Amino acid sequence: MSEDTAQQKKPGREYLDAPITKIGAVAWLRANLFNTWYNSLLSVLLVYGLAVTVPPFFKWAFVDSLWNSSAAACRDIDGACWSIIPQNVKFIFLGFFPTGQEWRPILAMAILIGLVIYSRERHRWRKSLLWMWLIALVVMGTLMHGGVFGMPVVETSKWSGLPLTLMLSFFGIIAAYPLGVLLALGRRSRMPTIKTMCVVYIEMIRGVPLISLLFMSSVMFPLFLPEGVTIDKVLRAQVAIIMFTAAYIAEVVRGGLQAMPRGQYEAADSLGLNYGQTMRLVILPQALKIVIPPTVGILLAAFKDTSLVVIIALYDILKTTKVTLSNPQWTNYSTEAYIFLALLYFIFCYAMSSYSRRLERELHTGR
Amino acid sequence: MNEKNIAAKPDGRYIIEIRDMHKWYGDFHVLSGINLQVKEREKIVICGPSGSGKSTMIRCINRLEEHQKGQIIVNGTELSTDIKNIEKVRAEVGMVFQHFNLFPHLTIMENLTLGPIWVRKIPKKQAEETAMMYLEKVHIAEQARKFPGQLSGGQQQRVAIARSLCMQPKVILFDEPTSALDPEMIKEVLDVMIDLADEGMTMLVVTHEMSFAKSVADRVMFMDAGQIVEENNPHDFFDNPQHERTQLFLSQIL
Ligand SMILES: Nc1ncnc2c1ncn2[C@@H]1O[C@H](COP(=O)(O)OP(=O)(O)OP(=O)(O)O)[C@@H](O)[C@H]1O
Ligand SMILES: [Mg+2]
Repeated sequence: MSEDTAQQKKPGREYLDAPITKIGAVAWLRANLFNTWYNSLLSVLLVYGLAVTVPPFFKWAFVDSLWNSSAAACRDIDGACWSIIPQNVKFIFLGFFPTGQEWRPILAMAILIGLVIYSRERHRWRKSLLWMWLIALVVMGTLMHGGVFGMPVVETSKWSGLPLTLMLSFFGIIAAYPLGVLLALGRRSRMPTIKTMCVVYIEMIRGVPLISLLFMSSVMFPLFLPEGVTIDKVLRAQVAIIMFTAAYIAEVVRGGLQAMPRGQYEAADSLGLNYGQTMRLVILPQALKIVIPPTVGILLAAFKDTSLVVIIALYDILKTTKVTLSNPQWTNYSTEAYIFLALLYFIFCYAMSSYSRRLERELHTGR
Repeated sequence: MNEKNIAAKPDGRYIIEIRDMHKWYGDFHVLSGINLQVKEREKIVICGPSGSGKSTMIRCINRLEEHQKGQIIVNGTELSTDIKNIEKVRAEVGMVFQHFNLFPHLTIMENLTLGPIWVRKIPKKQAEETAMMYLEKVHIAEQARKFPGQLSGGQQQRVAIARSLCMQPKVILFDEPTSALDPEMIKEVLDVMIDLADEGMTMLVVTHEMSFAKSVADRVMFMDAGQIVEENNPHDFFDNPQHERTQLFLSQIL
């Protein structure tokens, strides 16, 4: 609002800069780190802690380390053996996807990430984007599954590694969000049947751990299907993740809906907007904006929770890493492998949360 | 009454007819036997003590509140549980609230075009032209691209008036449109309302601005305990109130 402040400046009156009382690094340190005795103590302890831990870690990670060597070479060094990653890169990232076909999941992931990046700009949120996503979905599915254009069929049981993680979490989130919003609306519905159904669903799902849902989807669910009918295991896991995440999103969104002042509904009603229009154009845009921070918390949790699919024998990137570590040659380098994985997860999560903060900023309309 | 042009004079058709209307909140009988007829171009001011049911009554007219007994007929459509009828009535009846109730996530222009585009199905471009015309009328055309949170209370209320005008309503209901405003902003909103009245808009105004009632109203009504106790032309209403309760109320407010 610098423009407005500039407008408010009236001629004939002097405007001074705010006084700068504390200048320079020393002054800053004294004001912020050593202003009281306990603050000084904390600062000293912190500096000591950093001094003790950082240099050895730095030496281990960057000085004494090997970046792309054989496992044998790693045995002779004191530092990190980052070689475990490049030496096993294919299995960690792509798991059991058949050799010679690696380009297919790589291309599919590139399309997914590319389109996500493209979709970040709000002015691109048009109908055409929806079509792009639908086409991309078909292309990605075809690439992964094959069976056409001379690409051999790859069963979903062979889908593993990063593509599986990204797919389960991304489509989990994309599908769970609208479902969660619908559940939240349903829970506030005046129609008793709809309301009861939504309440029961939400409370039931929130009452059980994701692991048990995954178990149910993989073990119990098939028992109820008629003879001969099978539903793909990955798909079942995907559905379980969607159902689970949606219930949590529903509750967060309900909080947002409750925060909306009654006047907003009344203003929309008095214009003659119907229920759908009122929700879509007036209530949800505001309510969903309020709950961006808790929603992102749930989405991040959902992203990380996809790693639980190991318990139904799906090989997400965490599992492929573990399998790599079970190779006697590489067993000793689990620290390196897990640091790498943590970094990978962090990159995706950080991207999500920083994007959400950007959205909040962009959607802020004053007051 | 001041001189007004012919267009501002009431004519014979009833826009609103309320017959023996009752409303309860649970056991509490808020409105009891309301009868009210409003002709096209009529300006009616409703006053009365706090809790007398003024808001409840005008909110029944566009079904923000549901009445339980009697009839409300707006522009020939009777209000019932039929949602289609309700939406039809709401599109014909504008409403201006005490707290403006603008949509904070939309620009002023979007606030004004939302109803016309989605309810009246008017093309966006045309809706924006109409909106601009009304914004000029309420003297805030230059704020069209701002958000409500960036305007003063008086400006927001004028936007709210323009928003209801954009729907080309047959009648506008005002529920204490100036009582949330600072004194210096009250006049700018009242001026806009007086302009509207002079152009012949049918208006039902709940307000305690007696100067407005005196200069604009065709009829003034006094409500107490859920009933219309007295109604008269402004001259007689203020100079010669019949009922004791009206006299008491006027002595407190004037
Ligand atoms: N939703 C509600 N539930 C129960 N009682 C209500 C409700 N809304 C209003 N009332 C009661 O109904 C009566 C009339 O309220 P109303 O808001 O119509 O009064 P009013 O004349 O507009 O008063 P004011 O000048 O304070 O706005 C009051 O006694 C109020 O307490
Ligand atoms: Mg009121």
